Amino acid sequence: MLSVIGKKIGMTAIFTENGKKEPCTVVSCEPNVITQVKTEANEGYNAVQIASVEKKEKSSNKPEMGHFAKAKTTPKRVVLEIRDYDGEAGLGDSFGVEVFKEGEFVDVVGTSKGKGFQGVVKRHGFSGVGEATHGQHNRLRAPGSLGAGSTPSRVFKGTRMGGQMGNVRVKMQNLRILKVDAENNLLVISGALPGHNGAYVVIEK
Amino acid sequence: MDLIKQIEASQIRTDTPEFAAGDNVSVHYKIREGEKERIQVFQGTVLQRRNTGLDETFTVRKISSGIGVERIFPTNSPNIDKIIINRRGKVRRARIFYLRGLSGKSARIKERR
Repeated sequence: MLSVIGKKIGMTAIFTENGKKEPCTVVSCEPNVITQVKTEANEGYNAVQIASVEKKEKSSNKPEMGHFAKAKTTPKRVVLEIRDYDGEAGLGDSFGVEVFKEGEFVDVVGTSKGKGFQGVVKRHGFSGVGEATHGQHNRLRAPGSLGAGSTPSRVFKGTRMGGQMGNVRVKMQNLRILKVDAENNLLVISGALPGHNGAYVVIEK
Repeated sequence: MDLIKQIEASQIRTDTPEFAAGDNVSVHYKIREGEKERIQVFQGTVLQRRNTGLDETFTVRKISSGIGVERIFPTNSPNIDKIIINRRGKVRRARIFYLRGLSGKSARIKERR
């Protein structure tokens, strides 16, 4: 697996060759640096640690500074470990959007927008009661029955109810890369990505 | 936000002529049928131009064998071969939807000189 850390900039659209306007998301990727290479001999498994997005020295503590100094780089905000890394991994190696090609399919991982505590209508797509009259004075968006009565005389686990919605890790699979702009470190990916503008996402190949 | 504008700016066509509501235009539109590509001309009156930048579209209305036909084109579409302005119309508003309710003599538009 090959991963690059990026920042969601926002959505726009792009005209494809056949004249269709395709909605897309722009992601900017600051240079990613390999900050640690874990090996079977040393740590018991193979992985690399990548980091991206510059961070001020004054907002980093000494252990962080030492860790990044080992890779001969500046402190970074986002640090991530990738198991079974495909590319060549040398300590301090830098890479960016150029690892992707136009037309390639990628997965994108991010944290979805938090919606707070939501009822079943928004969270699970229940239809609500459907009628505002005929005695439904406060039942309009209620879940209805949670199950049968005496048997089983309990509510089954996993029954869909209200609760926290969003703000969870989401992976969008098989998104096509429409454009790679190595000069400005930009990626244009077809469709929507999880999270708000400015959120960090991980693009996986 | 600038990065978005940068990407959009690279796609905005600069060869579009200046035209407005009330003008009579011929839109040469590329149509792909399998492998072959041909050009279809849609001639009519511009009813409106809406949105700005990359998302801009314009509506063209014509009377085709007695039936009013309207078509919306994205101004920056690469499928538009060219736009020819046949006649400049003198209208008082930016969106001339009132034309839909008119026919014959009353649907005429004065030429702008």
